[in-house]
Amino acid sequence: MENENCCNSDNKDSCCCQDDNNCSLGPITQYDKRNNWLVGEIQTPAGTVPQISTKLAFSDTLGTWKARWGVNRMNYRINPGLYAVGAPDNTSPVLVTANYKLTFDVLRKELCGLSLWVLVLDTKGINVWCAAGKGTFGTEELVTRIAKTNLLQIIAHKTLILPQLGAPGVSAHEVSKHTGFRVVYGPVSAKDIKAFINLEMKANDEMRTVKFSTYDRLILTPMELVGTFKISLMIFGVLFLLNLVGIGPFGFTDFYAYAGALIIGCVITPVLLPLIPGRAFAWKGWLLGLPWAIAVNILNGWPEAPLYTSMRAIGYLLILPSISAFCAMNFTGASTYTSLSGVLKEMKIAVPAIVISISMGIILIFVNSFIKL
Amino acid sequence: MNHKYLKNVTTLILKADKCTGCGRCIQVCPHKVFDLKNGKSEIIDKDGCIECGACAKNCLFNAIEVKPGVGCAYAIIMGWLRGTEPSCDCSGSSSSSGCC
Repeated sequence: MENENCCNSDNKDSCCCQDDNNCSLGPITQYDKRNNWLVGEIQTPAGTVPQISTKLAFSDTLGTWKARWGVNRMNYRINPGLYAVGAPDNTSPVLVTANYKLTFDVLRKELCGLSLWVLVLDTKGINVWCAAGKGTFGTEELVTRIAKTNLLQIIAHKTLILPQLGAPGVSAHEVSKHTGFRVVYGPVSAKDIKAFINLEMKANDEMRTVKFSTYDRLILTPMELVGTFKISLMIFGVLFLLNLVGIGPFGFTDFYAYAGALIIGCVITPVLLPLIPGRAFAWKGWLLGLPWAIAVNILNGWPEAPLYTSMRAIGYLLILPSISAFCAMNFTGASTYTSLSGVLKEMKIAVPAIVISISMGIILIFVNSFIKL
Repeated sequence: MNHKYLKNVTTLILKADKCTGCGRCIQVCPHKVFDLKNGKSEIIDKDGCIECGACAKNCLFNAIEVKPGVGCAYAIIMGWLRGTEPSCDCSGSSSSSGCC
């Protein structure tokens, strides 16, 4: 958070002294010159504004990949404030966005050849839609940021273009009331920005609708898998200890059975989502987990192999699809079309069912191990 | 491919008597839940509603009511465990960045 805090170190005369005219010609937005996405500075009546590149460098792409895999994800952010694209003047459009670096990159790479301002809100490094849901991409932050950047001194018009998905956090008429700026909701996706500006700031139905393509779903799945690592390690630890005390043995079969159930719930179910019958996510995950559980049993020779008892087979049938169901249920948060009421309804049935099913499965497998002893 | 989630769950209510047909809700809705008919907004796909709250927040005439929230199982579980409202860990640092 240090570099967001503009009162630190040598930059005392930035935003902390808006009342003091001597300060007004300092930088409006704090930035680090070493950032390779910065290409220069623009002078404005209120101070200097960093100018940004519309091309993504290798380091940006790498940063996106890391964020998608959960590396430094919560701290992948840029300083809030005003940025310039091209050579904007006081008539240029103003786009408002979040300070999640991934979001910022997705936006700026669509702005090639344009001259405009980008007002970055402090959303604590969260994307626009999620931040709007939490209110950090919100009316209050927008009103504050307009004041902090002295936007009124820099531009002559009174229009701000917000991403449509910022609307859950922003009340357009409240912003107008407090700042005099008119809020225009732009397209959902940054790739439609040019078309939107060319259409004289009118978004068509296509631009207004949230899509959730196979690719959109696929790029979210690494985070789903990463989210299971911690609990998976704990489970492996417990199984290892059980092996040590002589209950078990738990081995390679259990490992790939479990890993398969995770991959089905975290990756395959999200990717195939609309193709799987039913509506509840947990159900969809369970439905794909079931054939996996059957496959694991058959691979181990059930029902013919005498050492592979029906008790263990039923245990797998109870546990594995439930693991997939749980992972798939967690994908509701990454999806674009679930409601709180809907997820609550789903969970009231799914969570008890999953807990009971897994518990019974564990009991069966333990009993089976004890019989073998 | 069209995604469909659970039916008959949304808390969305549109009060036709307060609606002036300004069309703001149609602009902000990400799932085409509303359409303008005879000069007023009308709910045409209630089950498409995800309760994001954009329409209610941007309705100048308080014609829309919805209990806003995020359809995220993880957030609901964290809420259950902590005894709070649904809240995911996507909230970043809690410290304020305000400098003054």
